[in-house]
Amino acid sequence: MAGIIAFAGYDGSVYLMGWTGGYVLLALCLAPYLRKFGKFTVPDFVGDRYYSQLARTIAVICAIVVSFTYIAGQMRGVGVVFSRFLEVDIATGVIIGMVIVFFYTVLGGMKGITYTQVAQYCVLAFAYIVPAIFISLLMTDHFLPQTGFGATVTDGSGQFLLERLDGLSQELGFAAYTEGARSKIDVFFITCALMVGTAGLPHVIVRFFTVPKVRDARRSAGWALLFISVVYLTAPAIAAFSKVNLFNTINGPEMTGVEYSQAPDWVKNWEKTGLIKWEDKNGDGKMFYSGDDRNEMTIDRDIMVLANPEIASLPAWVVALVAAGGIAAALSTSAGLLLVISTSVSHDLLKRTLMPNISDKQELFYARLAAAVAIVLSGYFGVNPPGFVAQVVAFAFGLAAASFFPAIILGIFHKRMNRAGAIAGMVVGITFTFAYIVYFKFISPELNTPDHWILGVSPEGIGTLGMILNFVVAFAVHKMTGDAPEDIQELVESIRYPKGAGVAHDH
Amino acid sequence: MAFQSAEHAKAYWRENLSLMLKLLVVWFVVSYGFGILLVDVLNQITFFGFKLGFWFAQQGSILTFVALIFIYVKRMAALDNKYQVHED
Repeated sequence: MAGIIAFAGYDGSVYLMGWTGGYVLLALCLAPYLRKFGKFTVPDFVGDRYYSQLARTIAVICAIVVSFTYIAGQMRGVGVVFSRFLEVDIATGVIIGMVIVFFYTVLGGMKGITYTQVAQYCVLAFAYIVPAIFISLLMTDHFLPQTGFGATVTDGSGQFLLERLDGLSQELGFAAYTEGARSKIDVFFITCALMVGTAGLPHVIVRFFTVPKVRDARRSAGWALLFISVVYLTAPAIAAFSKVNLFNTINGPEMTGVEYSQAPDWVKNWEKTGLIKWEDKNGDGKMFYSGDDRNEMTIDRDIMVLANPEIASLPAWVVALVAAGGIAAALSTSAGLLLVISTSVSHDLLKRTLMPNISDKQELFYARLAAAVAIVLSGYFGVNPPGFVAQVVAFAFGLAAASFFPAIILGIFHKRMNRAGAIAGMVVGITFTFAYIVYFKFISPELNTPDHWILGVSPEGIGTLGMILNFVVAFAVHKMTGDAPEDIQELVESIRYPKGAGVAHDH
Repeated sequence: MAFQSAEHAKAYWRENLSLMLKLLVVWFVVSYGFGILLVDVLNQITFFGFKLGFWFAQQGSILTFVALIFIYVKRMAALDNKYQVHED
């Protein structure tokens, strides 16, 4: 994640604000009410609130599409770690990752995942922060990376780190680090899609269904955000440090390039994975990295987090720690998502709608089959990514924003909203968003420039527009078709206060 | 019904919504306002070596979010008690 911020600078803020800001929406608008409602999955809420099997099925399909897109992004991340440490190319790395994730999920099951997640989070946070502190001390004499990246560099020039970074970036033909290249409306839309998407992600919401009380649902969103904010506040610092280091080690302190024969070890190591490439265009035997036609380096953004401690020449155990943290993070997220997919397919889709008579054993078989298919497909996209990790993940959030979020919000705050409105909204929202992403990423990638985008909104931010469409369509259809029945309106009234929340029950 | 009267139920929901909207206004102003829409203006100001708009986008907004949720948790608990709809 720091990788994208390092490459994108200010533009990377969309990911920072997007992924944290969503928790505010989640805590204030969703978590307490969904907990009072007392079902475990989002399709269950949608199905019951809108008294419709069709609504439930559409929600299931949305959940599968969203989770799948997310996993495709994660697989790439896992692949990067394995390819670096086993020194194999990225395709082999992704395949090794697929096998491990499959066994981890299929043999582990839900309980395992919830318990190990806390441990994994601690490994991740530790792995993230230790190197950041080292690098911060090295570069700015500040112990806290969060203040370090606003401090002056230690080489005695008295220059602020970010000032130096802006200067270097512009000299080398990139946009100034603290300003960014995206248009304001695009930044706005992407941030919004990510925030709303975070609040609508099925595997995130599920966490808040299982706490004992409504009050705990509110509070646990706060604690969750507090923990992740530790990582998210460190990420931009790591990003700034690693970008300065990257320029310095490849282009040399004089910014004239470093002899390839004297290239640092990390460049050589990563070349084996195929994620860094050097092409000596001007034939001087030196590497040069820039944002214009002088550039001779191809550097995959997804390696930045992992390569950062190596670039800063930190000891090997720190490098290993970061790798462990990366794997822990990707494994737990993918496993959680795979569970959403496999239970959606086997339970919500097959057992509750298509084949009500299947036995538990068959249900389990289909769950495993669904997980396997999802892993193979996402592995394919891990090898041939339509964007780097954070971008693919952003698509998942956009799809969640355009489908679930309006249906859930209206389900809680608009008690007269009816079945037809919610269904029409979800269908329009996700179809529009999905079509837009597929069009610009797969059908006509050559048109993927701001001139062709609707209102100048990139495929990463289009989920926001999909969400607005979803709301508009839902209201319009509701106007034409009349209110939800009385008993549903009473149900909505009853989820609006905490008293009487029982234990969350399974179906 | 868990409330003493229908008026109580209405009043509880109204107070809940007004608290929620107030907090969401702060949420919006800090992230979308300071971090995106006004970023160029705020970047004229330097704040401990950061440009202020950039700082809000990458640090300030996240710190504010954490604070917002905990304020909400506290105020809602008080509201639940006031209307006697808290859990046992």
